[in-house]
Amino acid sequence: MFDALVTRARVKSPWVLHFDCGSCNGCDIETLACLTPMYDIERFGMINVGNPKHADVLLVTGTVNHRNKKVLQALYEEMPDPKVVIAIGACGLSGGVFRDAYNVVGGVDRVIPVDVYVPGCPARPEAIIDGVVAALGKLRQKAVPTAAGAGGNGRFHPRMKATGSS
Amino acid sequence: MKIALLTLAGLVLAPLAGGLLAGVDRKVTAWLQSRKGPPIIQPFYDLIKLFAKEKLAVNPWQVLCAWVYLMAAVFSVVLFFNQADLLLLFFVQAVGAVFLVMGALSVPSPYSQVGAQRELLQVLTYEPLLMLVFVGIYQVTGSFRISSVLDHPRPLLLELPLLYLVLTYALTIKLRKSPFDFSTSHHAHQELVRGVLTEYSGPFLGLVELAHWYETVLILGLCALFWATSVPGMAILLGATYFLELLVDNTMARMTWRWMLRYVWTVGLVLAFTNLLWLHL
Ligand code: SF4
Repeated sequence: MFDALVTRARVKSPWVLHFDCGSCNGCDIETLACLTPMYDIERFGMINVGNPKHADVLLVTGTVNHRNKKVLQALYEEMPDPKVVIAIGACGLSGGVFRDAYNVVGGVDRVIPVDVYVPGCPARPEAIIDGVVAALGKLRQKAVPTAAGAGGNGRFHPRMKATGSS
Repeated sequence: MKIALLTLAGLVLAPLAGGLLAGVDRKVTAWLQSRKGPPIIQPFYDLIKLFAKEKLAVNPWQVLCAWVYLMAAVFSVVLFFNQADLLLLFFVQAVGAVFLVMGALSVPSPYSQVGAQRELLQVLTYEPLLMLVFVGIYQVTGSFRISSVLDHPRPLLLELPLLYLVLTYALTIKLRKSPFDFSTSHHAHQELVRGVLTEYSGPFLGLVELAHWYETVLILGLCALFWATSVPGMAILLGATYFLELLVDNTMARMTWRWMLRYVWTVGLVLAFTNLLWLHL
């Protein structure tokens, strides 16, 4: 009962973090379009939070290069479990039109594990919403809540701890 | 026995009411923006989800501060339901507010730091006003106890209309609504990410959220005292006040703390003192 409730709450309340890894902005505009009254993803409880520490779903648009791969990695680590990652657009999937550039690493999955791939150049808002719904399916499988407030014994943030207490 | 029942009512009903109100808030906001909006019980989904997330903290201080903030909010609501002293209630909720700020100050993140300082300014802005409202209530009823407000034969609103306006300023600041939502706001993507709440995550953010619901109920309860003689009157007063809050939230831009301090103190203090003086005419 308790597990079912938690799983339901998780699926009903995916807070989204959108990271522009090096996109041409095409995919970003489509992603932000999901927030407008036309698509209104808040209907499904989704909120664009802009803060990895509050997010459940990481939306990544654009190619990964040698500079921003560290940022991407850090954002991923700062998100508390359970979390899912969605790569958006041809660039996020494989590097797209930029894949042959000297500074490009490739798709998002070269740096962090990706759960859902949303193709398109740019990906349409409908496809992005579809991708989030697919990701929620993954989240449902991932959700194995332990009794009494899941999440194990907790951890301190890996990077903050080293620099903290200043 | 009566105390136990009232305490229980405060403990259980307050978060339910606060959560539902947050849901209605989001629905009405969506409606004002011609969106459909999330279901009314969305805040409960959010809270359950947050509590079931991984416990990720920056330092142990943060955890303590989130708990103290919650405890203070819960305690002040319980005091309110037991018709205790307004002054005691005031000090208990002030302790909670300060702990929220301390938690945000204990982390190195600049967003959290700036958010904490703005929160402190907000606390400084509304606390004197709240105090003046309580003084007004004292002048009318002759006591700081909530029970004597309830025994008062006429609605306080008739004698303290301007102080009610002052209380709504405090309400807007406490609810973190525009134009006073600069320490943190309900919508992320402001210049400080989420200000004081930036570094709270998972279950600890859940604690802060729950405390926020308790505080909302507390302040709305204070508003309800102004028409305590009739239940429909109370409902009308609260409904109208909250709708006005939402309208203001959706039509105003976020202002700066300098503006808030200047505006709220001048207008608020003038209103409050006018009302206090006229009680003696
Ligand atoms: S997939 Fe296309 S639209 Fe999207 S970021 Fe790449 S080039 Fe731009």
